[in-house]
Amino acid sequence: MNGACTAAEAHCEYVLRLADTSLVAGQRLAEWLGHGPTLEEDLALANIALDLFGQARLLLTLAGRIEGCARDEDALAFGRDAAEFRNVALAEQPNGDFAQTIVRQVMLDAWQLETYSSLVASADTELAAIAQKAVKECRYHWRYSSGWLVRLGDGTGESHRRASAALQALWRFTDELRVADELDARMAACGIGPEPAVVNARWQERLAGVLEAARLTVPAHQHYPWHGKRGVHTEALTHLLATLQYLPRLYPGVSW
Amino acid sequence: MYTQALDAQPGAAGADDAEQQARLARFQERIDRDEKIEPTDWMPEQYRHMLIRQIAQHAHSEIVGMLPEGNWITRAPSLRRKVVLIAKVQDEGGHGLYLYSAAETLGVTRAALIEQLLAGQARYSSIFNYPTLTWADIGAIGWLVDGAAIMNQIPLCRCSYGPYARAMVRICKEESFHQRQGYELMLTLARGSAAQRAMAQDAFARWWRPALMMFGPSDAHSVHTAQSMRWKIKRFSNDELRQKFIDATVPQAHFLGLSIPDPELRWDAASQHFQTGPIDWGEFEAVLRGDGPCNRERLAARREAHEAGAWVRAAAVAYAEKHPEHAPAASVG
Repeated sequence: MNGACTAAEAHCEYVLRLADTSLVAGQRLAEWLGHGPTLEEDLALANIALDLFGQARLLLTLAGRIEGCARDEDALAFGRDAAEFRNVALAEQPNGDFAQTIVRQVMLDAWQLETYSSLVASADTELAAIAQKAVKECRYHWRYSSGWLVRLGDGTGESHRRASAALQALWRFTDELRVADELDARMAACGIGPEPAVVNARWQERLAGVLEAARLTVPAHQHYPWHGKRGVHTEALTHLLATLQYLPRLYPGVSW
Repeated sequence: MYTQALDAQPGAAGADDAEQQARLARFQERIDRDEKIEPTDWMPEQYRHMLIRQIAQHAHSEIVGMLPEGNWITRAPSLRRKVVLIAKVQDEGGHGLYLYSAAETLGVTRAALIEQLLAGQARYSSIFNYPTLTWADIGAIGWLVDGAAIMNQIPLCRCSYGPYARAMVRICKEESFHQRQGYELMLTLARGSAAQRAMAQDAFARWWRPALMMFGPSDAHSVHTAQSMRWKIKRFSNDELRQKFIDATVPQAHFLGLSIPDPELRWDAASQHFQTGPIDWGEFEAVLRGDGPCNRERLAARREAHEAGAWVRAAAVAYAEKHPEHAPAASVG
């Protein structure tokens, strides 16, 4: 992303940030199915994954239309390499133990919830309509992940240690949720995207509230300039994509 | 079916006094009148045990059955296929939940039943001990495994035990949808590239015979069928259901352009049924015994999930004890 790109390119890239974040987070949560700590958690995590894939499909279709190169949801999901993905790097972080998954989801859910809450007023009416649907889903996702974080943080000594360790390990990835870049500013200026400062303030407030209830300490802000939303990812993403894209890459050009 | 191992169980001791005989007779009369037996009703201990075992085996089958299909969720080749598969595997988890709840109405706990499964003391359907090696296996499972399951489960909607019968109504609706999505997946592959057609044929060849075994041993070797049928827990014999499945499925395979991996398969005009070659019951016994291709992996995956989740469950309990005001679920915001 640079200042020289056209309005359509910038718009498309912004929608891909939202789309890829849902897609990659959905892929991670779907890995839990059949392996959760209780049957109820298997079902709940699958529900959240389904919502995220639903958001990703709508947003990828929208991005493809803005791009105007006849790429549909599958062409975008299965036909791009890691550097072309625009998800926040937090979403691609491995599941780890249940605490790591929950901490990752708490941070992401809060960010998606605040982002979509603002996007319902987007100048892009289609994006606004997708946000209307997504915000209801994100409310439930937040209720689930924050409920579990409180139980883990204020449960046993072991669960508190694990939640605390996950928070320390993942906190640096919140830098890009909070630091607006040129594209975020440009989208806000033209009314497509939310005002970054507003989303950031609400996100911080939400996180502070849940961490206090979970008896966890808000870590100090860590500068971490490697932002997935600009295509700079961790090693985890190529592995995730190798799995996700395996079949369409092996058998290109067929329908499934 | 998902409860095929029941057929190998010995009968329990009968009633030994007049009052017990009279109760048994009244119970049988209720069954004969097609009345539903409810959790608080008197029932013979053997009926209770038979049902607990059957429902538990069915529930375990759903839970273990999430694994072979779950194996392809992260690799589904389109986003539409991915959400369909997640929803299907999620349905299976839901069926497990339903069925464990139905079993609990008979005086056992889900935790105890799961302990039995993890200890290797409980059975689940042999079919889930086969591997899912290609994407086409997802189609073959939906079409054949869910198709076979439906054959057995539709009659269970009329099972004499109320909670089980009612759970089966919803389960059958979902299974029927699963079967259609599996067949539609196979149809897409059958109409696809040469590589996709080969994938579909390979999957069909591997799943056909294990699917036939899902109905359990032939009637001649199924010692438990008679009592189970008298009590209307079971309404058709294994061989009747297997034949019904074969007759329905062979034309479907032909429509897909797939060849049946059985040189002895033929249409028998006299009986108006398809006749198949012999089933390898040695393989069936081996898989039930624990020596199938994936028995160890399936149980290991369940044990790992259970053990890795122990601290999470403990945390939930500890939190609930500290905060009874928040029971049953914590929530923020």
